[in-house]
Amino acid sequence: MTGAARALERAYRDERAAVLAALARRLGGDLALAEDAVHDAFVAAAVEWNRRGVPDRPGAWLTTTAWRKALDRLRRARIERAHVPHLAPHAVTYDLDDELERSSLDDDVLAMLFTCCHPALPAEARLALTLRSVAGLAVPEIARALLSTEAAVERRLGRARRKIIDARIAFRVPPDEELPERLGAVLRVVYLLYTEGHAAARGDAPIRAELCAEAIRLARLLARLMPDTAEPHGLLALLLLTDARRPARLGDRGELVPLEAQDRSRWDRARIAEGGAVLERALRLPGPGAYTVQAAIAALHADAPSFAETDWAQIAALYARLEELERSPVVTVARAVAVGLAEGPGAGLELLDRVAGDPRLERHQPLWAARAELLRRAGDPEAAGAAYERAIALTENAAERAALERRRAQASAPP
Amino acid sequence: MHYLLLLTFRPGEGPEEGTPEFEAEMRRWREINQELRDEGVVVAMSGLQPDATTTVRARDGEPVVTDGPYAETKETLFSFYVLDLPDLDAVLAWARRMPAVEYGSIEIRPMMHHEVP
Repeated sequence: MTGAARALERAYRDERAAVLAALARRLGGDLALAEDAVHDAFVAAAVEWNRRGVPDRPGAWLTTTAWRKALDRLRRARIERAHVPHLAPHAVTYDLDDELERSSLDDDVLAMLFTCCHPALPAEARLALTLRSVAGLAVPEIARALLSTEAAVERRLGRARRKIIDARIAFRVPPDEELPERLGAVLRVVYLLYTEGHAAARGDAPIRAELCAEAIRLARLLARLMPDTAEPHGLLALLLLTDARRPARLGDRGELVPLEAQDRSRWDRARIAEGGAVLERALRLPGPGAYTVQAAIAALHADAPSFAETDWAQIAALYARLEELERSPVVTVARAVAVGLAEGPGAGLELLDRVAGDPRLERHQPLWAARAELLRRAGDPEAAGAAYERAIALTENAAERAALERRRAQASAPP
Repeated sequence: MHYLLLLTFRPGEGPEEGTPEFEAEMRRWREINQELRDEGVVVAMSGLQPDATTTVRARDGEPVVTDGPYAETKETLFSFYVLDLPDLDAVLAWARRMPAVEYGSIEIRPMMHHEVP
């Protein structure tokens, strides 16, 4: 790979979101035009950087070029008039380099994140738009991630971008007094971005590191934006502590390794220390919520010397707290697993029975995996085998399915 | 930018006329309407007669006039505003202060920027 090609790749990875956000802000939130212009700028860079060398500040070069491309597009399409109301009066004439010096690019990315997650947009469009504009995923990738078709994702993105323009959703970080109520939707999308990279219930690549890294970067920006609010720190701590276990989550053949069997010496100690410090900060701040509680659970796992020596009683208590906050049967399932380990399989099964009939859980794979495991430990191989069957049928990820199949074989083998 | 706010509620919900709660609500409406006027953002606003709606349609060249709203719903459109505000968040900030959000709902429709022909 040539130096120019490498620089281009790095710029796409590190600067695309900031360039897009800076442009969209200047275009009054017109993400569709901004996307096209940024694409044009990268095409131009592929030619120019090869011919004349890589510019000193690739991000500034791309922003300036994309801005010119946007104006070209506006002129070519002769839609200036339609766009004039959206363009700030100074936008066309001001000095871009000067602006770049003054404005923090991170602020633009945060503004784009809050705009993509505006509550006036449908919830499923918020995630799609964030995956596209902030995380830079291509439409086919988003379609795979959201179990949708490319055409449906295109439609959803198109409608959301148009609504931002037509309803004039402000392209900005909300003022302080509006931040608390806008925060929830943004944290949710950043969390989903991480789980999209990390969990991958479908598809055969269980972990996509670049999505995880992007989610952590955004969580850091949010924690910096709201230094005195617990939940952004809680989310950042949760992501760091979960991410610390990532090196041990996959086996040599790419198979998913359950927590129980993970080689804890491969956990990233620096990340655990950082996550722990962020969690402590979250716990001192007002308004700790679901993310902070989940981070506290992740911290207990991270600090445990082994699966058996984990403080399951404390984890079960935290899940009970989470149950109060979230009122979701999914949390009850997780709590049942912890209770089963703290007090024995009988107590865990008792909890599971409370939610077993919930129609929302009918296709919830972890319920059946947990049930199978508890039944196996309770000495009921037959019922355990049936529960494993059900869990396996609901697992789309090949690595995870293989792990469950191994366990089913163990369960039915004579002791 | 101009936004049309459509205020609806189900008759029977919200404070009843003649009660102290109703009086308190009216005071809140007067306050917010005065503030909107003072801010200079009102293009138009009015309450609507609750039970005097007429609908007209033309089918095969024949106008058909009927009593009542076009779509039969339990909600009554009882008031509207046209506000001139910079963005949706500004509209939401005003709308959430209107008593109607507590028992009815407020639909926000951005108006097209070009002139109606």
